Amino acid sequence: MSTITLSHGSGGTQTNQLINELFFKYFSNDILNQMNDAAQIDIDFKKLAFTTDSFVVNPIFFEGGNIGKLAVCGTVNDLAVSGAKPLYLTSAFIIEEGFPMADLEIIVKTMAEEAENSGVKIVAGDTKVVEKGNVDGVYINTSGIGVIYENVNINCANAKLGDVIIVNGTIGDHGMTILCERNNFGFEGDLSSDCASLNTLVDCMLEVYDGIHVIRDATRGGIAAVLNEISDFSNVTIAIEENLLPIKEEVKGAAEMLGFDPLYIANEGKLCAFVPEAQAEQVLFAMRTHPLGTNASIIGRVTDELGKKVYLNTVVGGKRLVDMPSGIQLPRIC
Amino acid sequence: MNIKRYFIVVEGIVQGVGFRPFVYNLANSFDLKGYVNNNSEGVHIDVEGHRETINEFLQRIEHNPPLLARIEKISIREATVLNYAIFEIKESKKTLDKITLISPDIAICKDCEEDIKSKTNRRSGYAFTNCTNCGPRFSIIKALPYDREKTTMKEFKMCQECAREYSDPTNRRFHAQPNACKDCGPELWVEDNKGNKLEIEDPISFAQNKIVEGKIFAIKGLGGYHLVCDGWNEAAIHKLRTRKRRPFKPLAVMMKNVETIKKHCKVTKLEEELLTGIRKPIVILDQKQNYDLARNIAPNQKTLGVMLPYTPLHSLLFSYELEALIMTSANVNGLPIEYTDSGARKSLSGIVDYFLIHNREIYLPIDDSVLRVVEGKQTIIRRARGFAPEPFKALDMRDILACGPNMKNTFCIGKDGFLFLSQFNGDLENLETFEHYKNNVEHFKEVFSFSPKFIAHDMHPEYLSTKYALDYDLPKIAVQHHHAHIVSCMFENNLERKVIGVCFDGTGYGTDGKLWGGEFMVCDRKEFTRVGHLDYVKMPGGEKAIKEPWRMGVSYLYKALGTNKEACGGLFELYGEAAKNLITMIDSNINCPQTSSMGRLFDAVSNIIGITDKVTYEGQAAIELEAVSDIEIKEAYSYNIIKRDIYIIEPYEMIKEVILDKLDGVSSKIMASRFQNTIVNLSVSMCTYLRRDTGINEVALSGGVFQNSYLLKKISENLKKEGFGVYSHTHLPSNDSGLAIGQIIIANTIVGNN
Ligand SMILES: [Fe+3]
Ligand SMILES: [Mg+2]
Ligand SMILES: [Zn+2]
Ligand SMILES: [Zn+2]
Repeated sequence: MSTITLSHGSGGTQTNQLINELFFKYFSNDILNQMNDAAQIDIDFKKLAFTTDSFVVNPIFFEGGNIGKLAVCGTVNDLAVSGAKPLYLTSAFIIEEGFPMADLEIIVKTMAEEAENSGVKIVAGDTKVVEKGNVDGVYINTSGIGVIYENVNINCANAKLGDVIIVNGTIGDHGMTILCERNNFGFEGDLSSDCASLNTLVDCMLEVYDGIHVIRDATRGGIAAVLNEISDFSNVTIAIEENLLPIKEEVKGAAEMLGFDPLYIANEGKLCAFVPEAQAEQVLFAMRTHPLGTNASIIGRVTDELGKKVYLNTVVGGKRLVDMPSGIQLPRIC
Repeated sequence: MNIKRYFIVVEGIVQGVGFRPFVYNLANSFDLKGYVNNNSEGVHIDVEGHRETINEFLQRIEHNPPLLARIEKISIREATVLNYAIFEIKESKKTLDKITLISPDIAICKDCEEDIKSKTNRRSGYAFTNCTNCGPRFSIIKALPYDREKTTMKEFKMCQECAREYSDPTNRRFHAQPNACKDCGPELWVEDNKGNKLEIEDPISFAQNKIVEGKIFAIKGLGGYHLVCDGWNEAAIHKLRTRKRRPFKPLAVMMKNVETIKKHCKVTKLEEELLTGIRKPIVILDQKQNYDLARNIAPNQKTLGVMLPYTPLHSLLFSYELEALIMTSANVNGLPIEYTDSGARKSLSGIVDYFLIHNREIYLPIDDSVLRVVEGKQTIIRRARGFAPEPFKALDMRDILACGPNMKNTFCIGKDGFLFLSQFNGDLENLETFEHYKNNVEHFKEVFSFSPKFIAHDMHPEYLSTKYALDYDLPKIAVQHHHAHIVSCMFENNLERKVIGVCFDGTGYGTDGKLWGGEFMVCDRKEFTRVGHLDYVKMPGGEKAIKEPWRMGVSYLYKALGTNKEACGGLFELYGEAAKNLITMIDSNINCPQTSSMGRLFDAVSNIIGITDKVTYEGQAAIELEAVSDIEIKEAYSYNIIKRDIYIIEPYEMIKEVILDKLDGVSSKIMASRFQNTIVNLSVSMCTYLRRDTGINEVALSGGVFQNSYLLKKISENLKKEGFGVYSHTHLPSNDSGLAIGQIIIANTIVGNN
């Protein structure tokens, strides 16, 4: 079986071979094919969004995706939720010596498909191979650039009293899937990552209402982290309803077993939107026509109560603070 | 010329308790002249007469003050005789910046009880009768000085007759701020659960009839609403439990009188004193053999929480047919007690059939206090109504706010030689409780003219009380949880020098970031050295492992025996598929904080011997374990104590023996007793080692696990047998609601030494 060797990262023939036979095979496009040191991109005088992210997920392949898909979706989503149309990505690989070539091909192929799917081009890249044991399989970094739509001003500091909070579907799917697969937990039902590019969903939301106040993707730290950031930046109180939280039974079951709160579990294809109440129905309706928004629903609202924080109205009728996640959650019960 | 004049200052709880009329009447009976008045430092008495008479007068003040007074200090200075003609009560004078002590809420007194029961008295049947010796105080005071305008009685203007009583120094109601009668005071009415006020003549007899029929009431009392139904009606109680989603937690019962209580429970002399005293708390009593109240009041218990009527309203509810009423705080699922009418209507309408409401506003909600007598000594489980905000004395106290724990919260402020421990606030995890906590701190600051110079808090970074503390821009002192527990015990036992601290607790944050709770320390009021602890085990699922004792059961069994089948009959056979996932969590260290908690060991054993899988209320596993045990049983299991840098206690031999007993079909009674005896034995061994190592002979016991009276009793007895001086709690809870006292004392010592 063919595997990655240190010479694949030496910069010599084998490196070129890898680039030509694998990366170009899948990423090929007019700009990349120029093979410049830096991609030359023609952009008119527009507002740009520019971001970068590194991906080190374990396991590399999981139900619902792999590290490559994640690397494209993650960066596309960061651009999309800034109100930008994602255009170009770069991708850098750090590969462990001995990594199976076939696996690498699957990853690269998935990336190409996801890029195609979300309408971006991968226009530059880099490959490094390190000695066995120095990384865990493969790490990928992607950077992305996009053009911000005119008249759109999506910003963490824009949440306002009266906004309702919409998510595009069930929460906690990605984090729970990764954790369970990594440790071979046997839980009932099929856990699957929600990993997806959200840019077309965002497009369809902005199309019906370009005045949406905030859109954020809820990745690491889950919904809880995102809402806390928004509450901080916008200086508002956010109330969410436990009985409105969309959570898959299998995610709920696994989270319960492991003692985790789905609000704090990572997603890779979920966004939170803050929309003025008057436009909420319209936006929801549009979202539900998109495959990534069929289960879109309202989970809470911005209120004028109790100073600035995030809280949950529980099903038993209490209010529980939803704090910013901080490392491990140590029990507070004495 | 043998007339003398003395100027006397009396400090303590001397206001709003009938102190001035008492002095007035006393002075007149001795034919002394002068005056008495209230002052922010207490009561001033300017008195003239013969030296011997004044001496006798002073003796009487000191030894026979009004029921509710608590004299802290009397200072006397001789002055030039002015030849006063009469003795009078003068208007209050204000001097700023001195603490005024506020009386707790006091149960109805004998005289008022007679007034309402008498057919001829003008207060016959009146539910808001009170006098200077009884009635609401702390719960209705909005601000100081304590007069009617600053209480929730402000809405009610006294009628002529009430006003006359109020201004007559010889009357029992002289300056009784909440004084009222049918003509001028608060009134009662009944609403159905849809909020409709019923057109009925007599709300109380209506309520009695409906309760006899099996209906459930929300009754607005002194510090909040109670849920009430007939204590003999199993069906009504079942309905109440289902609607309140409280399947097992014992319910408190209010009984007509002590005689009724004695029919169902064993009552010792001290217990009777506590039941009938001026505070009227809930007292946990042992059930009698012929106990015949509904079985579902206290499932799996040999005890019952009982109290006597403590307001006229409660007293009027009882009748020939109604002798025992379920009287449980009206809160839903650990939320704070309902105390506003609108809040009660909103959250209780699904639980009750009727509301019995009145229009005297409750300003500060306050729960019933809970006491239990162990080994002939009072212990306090919840310190609230009747106790708060009565202060403790502490010399050289700086202005410190101790923010308290996260659950069972109370906080404490220290000022001018006093410690004011707040009433029980409950679990801060709930946002309403947390908001209420913050408001309550502000209230204490205001009524005690307090502004903190230092802040003391727990080390747990995630406690909401810690986060609250960190918001202060003041010097802060972080106090380790179990050190605070032990020092709270040292404080109330006047221990200054180093002690051996035995802290058996749930979980508290340790200096190594792990969760402690089975701790042996050598400590004073400033610092501690951890000298021994239960070996660390994992808590699979973190907080989940506290709510589901089977997780601790699996964790302990896995650590003691692994998964091999011969050893324990097979972990998976015992716990099924779920145990596999739990073991994966333990092996891969997923959400598995480490703990040395004694409470968790109780959970584990309680689960292994088959008492509980999941708990529906805090401490259930341990409480039910205690309930099945028999103190006469003497045997115990094995354990190991290993000396590394410090002593590590390994209970794994015990776990093996428990499972062998279980496979042998030994009864849970025997297993539970043997287990608790093991904890007694290992505690005594540890203390013996520590005495050998350090020469210290005093042992202080604290932490929530010591609410277990079996354990407290046997550990104390056995340590005393070994010649130890043993100290435990009397006036402070051993659980987290006493923690703030430890925090404030430690902080004060640290600040004082720097
Ligand atoms: Fe504690
Ligand atoms: Mg990023
Ligand atoms: Zn009275
Ligand atoms: Zn009146």
